[in-house]
Amino acid sequence: MSILINKDTRIIVQGLTGKTGTFHTEQALAYHGTKMVAGTHPKKGGTDWIGSNGETLPIFASVAEAKAATGATASVIYVPPAGAAAAIEEAIDAGIDLITCITEGVPVLDMVRVKEKLDASPCRLVGPNCPGLMTPDECKIGIMPGAIFKKGSVGVLSRSGTLTYEAVLQTTVAGLGQTTAVGIGGDPVKGTEFIDVLELFLADPETHSIIMIGEIGGSAEEDAAQFLIDEARRGRKKPTVGFIAGRTAPPGRTMGHAGAVISGGKGGAEDKIEALRSAGIRVSPSPAKLGETLVDLLK
Amino acid sequence: MNVHEHQAKAILKEYGAPVANGVAVTDIAQAEAAVAALSGPVWVVKSQIHAGGRGKGRFKELGPDAKGGVRVSFSAAEALANIREMFGKTLVTKQTGPAGKQVNRIYVEDGADIDRELYLSILVDRENGKTSFVASTEGGMDIEAVAEKTPDLIHTIAIRASTGCTDADAGKIADAYKLTGSARDQGIALFKTLYKAFVEKDMSLLEINPLIVTKSNDIQVLDAKVSFDGNALFRHPDIMAYRDMTEEDAKEIEASKHDLAYIALDGEIGCMVNGAGLAMATMDIIKLYGAEPANFLDVGGGASREKVTAAFKIITSDPNVKGILVNIFGGIMRCDVIAEGVVAAVKEVGLKVPLVVRLEGTKVAEGKDIINKSGLNVIAADDLDDAAQKIVKAVKG
Repeated sequence: MSILINKDTRIIVQGLTGKTGTFHTEQALAYHGTKMVAGTHPKKGGTDWIGSNGETLPIFASVAEAKAATGATASVIYVPPAGAAAAIEEAIDAGIDLITCITEGVPVLDMVRVKEKLDASPCRLVGPNCPGLMTPDECKIGIMPGAIFKKGSVGVLSRSGTLTYEAVLQTTVAGLGQTTAVGIGGDPVKGTEFIDVLELFLADPETHSIIMIGEIGGSAEEDAAQFLIDEARRGRKKPTVGFIAGRTAPPGRTMGHAGAVISGGKGGAEDKIEALRSAGIRVSPSPAKLGETLVDLLK
Repeated sequence: MNVHEHQAKAILKEYGAPVANGVAVTDIAQAEAAVAALSGPVWVVKSQIHAGGRGKGRFKELGPDAKGGVRVSFSAAEALANIREMFGKTLVTKQTGPAGKQVNRIYVEDGADIDRELYLSILVDRENGKTSFVASTEGGMDIEAVAEKTPDLIHTIAIRASTGCTDADAGKIADAYKLTGSARDQGIALFKTLYKAFVEKDMSLLEINPLIVTKSNDIQVLDAKVSFDGNALFRHPDIMAYRDMTEEDAKEIEASKHDLAYIALDGEIGCMVNGAGLAMATMDIIKLYGAEPANFLDVGGGASREKVTAAFKIITSDPNVKGILVNIFGGIMRCDVIAEGVVAAVKEVGLKVPLVVRLEGTKVAEGKDIINKSGLNVIAADDLDDAAQKIVKAVKG
């Protein structure tokens, strides 16, 4: 089994007609036939999108129309930063179950507004500023490179895109493979947090172990550690390897990701590593040894 | 993006916040005019640098007994003497680091009759994703120390985005400060004004420390520190105009022109990486193997050959760089584009230090082929671990 997405997930692309949306939709369609079913554009409704290999998808004027016509339950957003929040709000209004926002650079106060609306809805948002989700051999939402994945037993979750790829490649090389990988994104205010994904991985019978990659800034890793401690007391526990990026980051500087900043003496790597360790997570000292550390832990 | 105190106050003044009269000056002639224009009897002269702790800061060039970066003066002559002493000197504060920052502009302001000093800030609380006020009666002090020692004196009031700061919210803040009479009425109006300014201008932090109650029970903004959300600057050209390049590292300015996320550090190994997480992890692994990173650099997901070339030039312009590690895990980023950019940059600026390249992901075979055929003296690495060990060995021997 996988979490959140599988071979039957039907997906609408918001921002399909742009260059980025087009490229990644072609990649998704080519990846084990991920069910990309429609695109949206306010002015191009009724037309068709044609990919560079002749693939076609219908374009609808709104997410609500696209959902009604295709039965899609998920959407992925490739809209530029200025319009990304409105795109998420449109998807919430249309009642899309799983909304994934890839866009980097969404103003944080736009996300504050979106978050209030999201919290009052039954929808789930992954991102923004994230690489998306992958269930190997079944479904690819977002921009992760499909070739490094292998169907298997590790659940991968991360605030960083490229470190997700490291974890995926290393577990593939180790022969373990993945159930699902979820990039939750590098922004300070976002939809899905570590805890939400950990809950799903703990509940998934085919996920036997977990790799969780955090970074400096905020306290999501500490919250996740406390969650795992509480769940272990209830008898739910899976072998987990952790990594925290940013041990060498200077305080007060935003390290590329809007959310990666040590501010007011809070959000430093050492505190997070300590929190993960206290929850029984094996913390890898090196980003190159995530797979090795997990194999060792599983012995 | 950070702005100076006098710029922050100008913005708040536009919204109608009570701010003392003041003038920012960058030379002595301007200072003389400013001191004469203000009425006294007290002039406060304040160093304008992008760092906190200025009052308790010390000037490198002056003796240990010299006064700090914020000085209260009781005559026009004393104010001018203070300004003369501070101009062009290097102010070292808790936030500047040991190198300090040169004082190129000074803000001269009317003094205030202080009864009580309060602390106020507005920020986005990432715990709950809400804009929140942080209020404390312990103003004029290091708020982190207050939070550490007496957390019960810090009040957090979350605001709903859909309603904005209501009378009830503002009343809670006034209660936290125990404001009464005219100060309470003025405070409630001010808190709503500050929230409006915060949201309309896309601030990421608005800190007033101290907010004061005067002896006549009026409210006044005595200091102001404002940072803006870099991701929202596209809709605020007026704020962009406040950017002070003299506060920034020259390499960081160059990087920002090419839309590169670059931060200068003190180490000897230059890094070029795609993705912020991997870029941080690359710095970490360099340290793990006993060396120090010279920079953080994320070329981003969709970098062009030109962008890669620019990034490479910025790294090599740092005289501390004794070796370079290029670490790319191509998802969107194609390895062949990176390889072409690196080869073009080396051909243009030369290569005087060891270069280790690790490529993985999309178009990796093509990328490696370009490097191999370039005839450049590049050390190839198989994975991140191998790459880090090789560059540290090349630099440290």
